[in-house]
Amino acid sequence: MGMTMTQKILAAHAGLDRVEAGQLIEADLDLVLGNDITSPVAIREMEKMNTQGVFDRDKIALVPDHFVPNKDIKSAEHCKCVREFACRHGITNYFEVGEMGIEHALLPEKGLTVAGDVIIGADSHTCTYGALGAFSTGVGSTDMAAGMATGKAWFKVPSAIQFRLTGRPSKWVSGKDVILHIIGMIGVDGALYRSMEFTGDGIAYLSMDDRFTIANMAIEAGGKNGIFPVDEKAVAYMKEHSRKEYTVYEADEDAVYDAVYTIDLSTLRPTVAFPHLPENTKTIDEITEDVKIDQVVIGSCTNGRLDDIRTAAQVLSGRHVAKGIRCIILPATQAIYLQAMEEGLLKIFIEAGAVVSTPTCGPCLGGYMGILAAGERCVSTTNRNFVGRMGHVESEVYLASPAVAAASAVTGKISSPEQLD
Amino acid sequence: MKAKGSVLKYGDNVDTDVIIPARYLNSSDPEELASHCMEDIDREFVKKVQKGDIIVANKNFGCGSSREHAPIAIKAAGISCVIAETFARIFYRNAINIGLPIIECPEAAQEIEGGDVVEIDFDSGLITDVTKGVSWQGQAFPEFMQKIIRAEGLINYINQKQ
Repeated sequence: MGMTMTQKILAAHAGLDRVEAGQLIEADLDLVLGNDITSPVAIREMEKMNTQGVFDRDKIALVPDHFVPNKDIKSAEHCKCVREFACRHGITNYFEVGEMGIEHALLPEKGLTVAGDVIIGADSHTCTYGALGAFSTGVGSTDMAAGMATGKAWFKVPSAIQFRLTGRPSKWVSGKDVILHIIGMIGVDGALYRSMEFTGDGIAYLSMDDRFTIANMAIEAGGKNGIFPVDEKAVAYMKEHSRKEYTVYEADEDAVYDAVYTIDLSTLRPTVAFPHLPENTKTIDEITEDVKIDQVVIGSCTNGRLDDIRTAAQVLSGRHVAKGIRCIILPATQAIYLQAMEEGLLKIFIEAGAVVSTPTCGPCLGGYMGILAAGERCVSTTNRNFVGRMGHVESEVYLASPAVAAASAVTGKISSPEQLD
Repeated sequence: MKAKGSVLKYGDNVDTDVIIPARYLNSSDPEELASHCMEDIDREFVKKVQKGDIIVANKNFGCGSSREHAPIAIKAAGISCVIAETFARIFYRNAINIGLPIIECPEAAQEIEGGDVVEIDFDSGLITDVTKGVSWQGQAFPEFMQKIIRAEGLINYINQKQ
């Protein structure tokens, strides 16, 4: 019986020839990540340990991104704790405001995540780096602490579900629509404890930014990780961004999957997840009644990359945000922000009546920079629409692609760009 | 190792945002987190909960964020164990790592009702609804997870090993 792509990476990092689903292993880590919410708890746990040092100061990334620039005094204390820890241990990859970005957009851009790596991060969307052919998964602060100290983590080897993507998506269908379609199909626990392995000739039509979006939301189907094969686009991305050595792993031909789904991308339509679960999906054509909105958020670790910002600008160019609607756009990193400025996209947004924010996770988790009041509705390119996620428990979040979010900002109700002309 | 307490019952997909909303994540103090535990799903939870009480829920408990603040808040609120049909995987790891006992058992999770008194034997995985007089065999922890729970968390366990 062969191994899946994920199992091969885990076996190699556990020093084993082969592993099988359900086996408990201890794996060597290539990168350990934390942010300003999870790192302070990890640092407190680390201080209880007999060994106080870090395993490798080059293999830890600390990215204050959730509540920075500091939203209040308590957040400032958390960030100070992370900053002082980074300084004390000489952490190479600590990213201060001004050089930072949303962690899962930033780390691939900085070349810290490459194919074949095993990465844990104290943030559930750490699964994003599977787009590059890495095994990466979210953990909590205690795992992060143990990882920083020992360079190792325990895993139960997952079984996998294979998603064969075929065909070419139509113009306004993006990675976000692909992953919302999948979550709608299998449910928020459809991939619980499992790997989601994406294959098929349709992948060639997906940009790296599309793939990051898809892998990012594997957790919203309960997945342990999402992973893509390493093709020319992935290699080109790594060569552009990284000097790290990468290793390409491929699933064995006789690898066993718990289930196999084939998805023809050419048949997908812009898709929206209604409150209060990412599995409550409808295609734009199934939304027959007007869903009036109050706010639009375009950004986050899911959809704040350059493709996303460009798509939003394409829709908003020469148009205006509807009266009474707040449209908040957050390029995910400083580099994306700068590129958007150089391409004139920020001008398009401001002329359209949107606001452009410094990189932050803020509104996605109801932290700051776009909190909702009771009864308010937001179309958001983020990843969760749970009760109270963006503010008041009686507010509502509708998850969508940047194209749908931007079009909705123009009309004041959930809309696709096709409906604008 | 055993736990016994009165049950607070919830449904499917209890997510980490309702267990501890992000507006309180500017704190990492267990007592402060406990004072807002379950606030967005059950405003009365903090008033009702007694030390030793047990949470019982259905599918995918703890889905969403990796915030360890969620099991920390539950543990600090006095909950002695969470029983569910299934747990989201990061929550599962986090609960073990901080020493909050949790146990998967679909039948028990479906049949136990709020207010029942339930006893759990972690060594055998046996769950007994004392009120109903019914028992179910839950999944016992692998030995190494039991060691982590006995040590009251992964960090203590690693310290003891060294």
